[in-house]
Amino acid sequence: MAAVTPLLSTRGLSRSFGGLKAVDHVDFDLPAGEIRAIIGPNGAGKTTFVSLICGRVLPSSGTVTFDGKDISGLQAHQRVRAGIAYTFQITSVFANLTAFDNVALSVQRRLLDGKDKSGALHDGVMDALQKVGLTGHANAVAGKLAYGHQRLLEVAMGLALKPRLLILDEPTQGLSDGEIANFIALVRDLSKETTILLIEHNMHVVMELAGRITVMEQGRILAEGTPEAIRADADVQRAYLGA
Amino acid sequence: MTGRAPSGRVFALHAAVILGLLILNFVLPEYHRGVFSRVLVLAAFAMGYNILFGYTGLLSLGHAMFFAAGLYGAGLPVYHLDWSVAPAFIAGIASGAVLALAIGFLALRTTGVAFMIVTLMFAQVFYLITLYFTTYTRGEEGLVIRQDLRHLRMGDLDLALTDPSLRYLIALVLFSAVLIVTLFIVRSPFGRSLVAIRENEERMRMLGYNVFANKLAAVVLSGAFCAASGAAYALLFGYVGSGFASIQYSILPLLWVLLGGAATTLGPLIGTLFMFYIVDFTSGFMPAYLLVVGAALILLILFFPKGILGSIRERWAPWLP
Repeated sequence: MAAVTPLLSTRGLSRSFGGLKAVDHVDFDLPAGEIRAIIGPNGAGKTTFVSLICGRVLPSSGTVTFDGKDISGLQAHQRVRAGIAYTFQITSVFANLTAFDNVALSVQRRLLDGKDKSGALHDGVMDALQKVGLTGHANAVAGKLAYGHQRLLEVAMGLALKPRLLILDEPTQGLSDGEIANFIALVRDLSKETTILLIEHNMHVVMELAGRITVMEQGRILAEGTPEAIRADADVQRAYLGA
Repeated sequence: MTGRAPSGRVFALHAAVILGLLILNFVLPEYHRGVFSRVLVLAAFAMGYNILFGYTGLLSLGHAMFFAAGLYGAGLPVYHLDWSVAPAFIAGIASGAVLALAIGFLALRTTGVAFMIVTLMFAQVFYLITLYFTTYTRGEEGLVIRQDLRHLRMGDLDLALTDPSLRYLIALVLFSAVLIVTLFIVRSPFGRSLVAIRENEERMRMLGYNVFANKLAAVVLSGAFCAASGAAYALLFGYVGSGFASIQYSILPLLWVLLGGAATTLGPLIGTLFMFYIVDFTSGFMPAYLLVVGAALILLILFFPKGILGSIRERWAPWLP
């Protein structure tokens, strides 16, 4: 593993809000093709950390390297075009547009870039909707979809960008057990094409999906390892699992 | 295509509106033809404002400066340098577009209320500049462009812009051009991006869109449309004065668009027309006509908060662009 250049790495990545060190000198590596889960108690800095990766929040110090290039100086939209997609923790679809038109905004962006002219707009959209199982809802107005379907639409918008790294911020929050089971299958399927970074509170989802788990606490990485190793880790149990 | 407005009906409607306006040239009494000429030119101003306010969701309180940039950009060269009308018109549009680029670059660093204040302040600066250089602009009193300068000459063709019928037709050409370009923009990927930015800017950024560049393009387009309207106004009606750079002319396009329906292609025309005639009608009866106009506006906003065409779209015709 050590010889392979990771898809994503951060070195000394930090962000303070006033006196609070939300993310504190984090060194992090994510190899291509992995499903990585980030867990940790509320306020551990998980969302700030992924926001630093995708450029929504600017770091106080440190670097982010993606695919061998230093992207610390790139703006959020440039990082998206470089291949980092982010799906929002709070569902952030365009409520007045149809599901189709929501995903079309992603596909349109990709087509405008000129990297991929092969798929027409319509095909690209229906492909993404089909993957998340929303084909039948293509013409429904997004704001009127059931909550679980809005979450799936959010994921469809992310994967329609054909990202190399897909960041999912608490994707199963508010989903029913049945929807969660489908979601696990969906993410497994997606991981064949893209690397996935997942912030998740539901330990069942984490244990099912993650190849490795990174545990954060107070802005730092507390532990990192396979699900089994994390489950056995005494520090982690004290900080998070074993409450 | 799934989820898109039916093209045939949309094009037919817009063609019918333009054709109807063309027929009006031959049937309207002289006075009303004059009113319509003005309304068509000012509707282009409102449509320019609508690109930014209606579709992109940026409320500017300074669009008088773009209208006036067109007005002065076209009027001053004709008055002082004896330019002919065609290059003067182009100079007017260019003035507005360049000004919009500069103002947009600075003002788009802000959003919401700050954007309103910043645009308002820049427009005020522009207004004061027109007063400061009163040697050239004659300030509030303004310049009257001589009738013999307002001729469009192409080869042997010599058209007097003062002729009422020709003036109406030229106003209609300007209006139609701006309308068609607006319709084209609104239905293009760029137009859909603008609407999406209005709805959720952060999401668009995270879909890889350069939000700033898209907004800047909207400001420049909007400024160019408003300047085209201002330039046409100077050349067709022969008057260039500081009054058009005042705050009143920043508020008016906002009212026209709100009245007609923000983010509708034809709303600006309806709003401008409605406003002109309600003022015209009430001022014939009483000196306190603005009171009636104000009351009418309040009632409209109360019962049709989305404007005339916006309400029609909401209730009966969701396909309207």
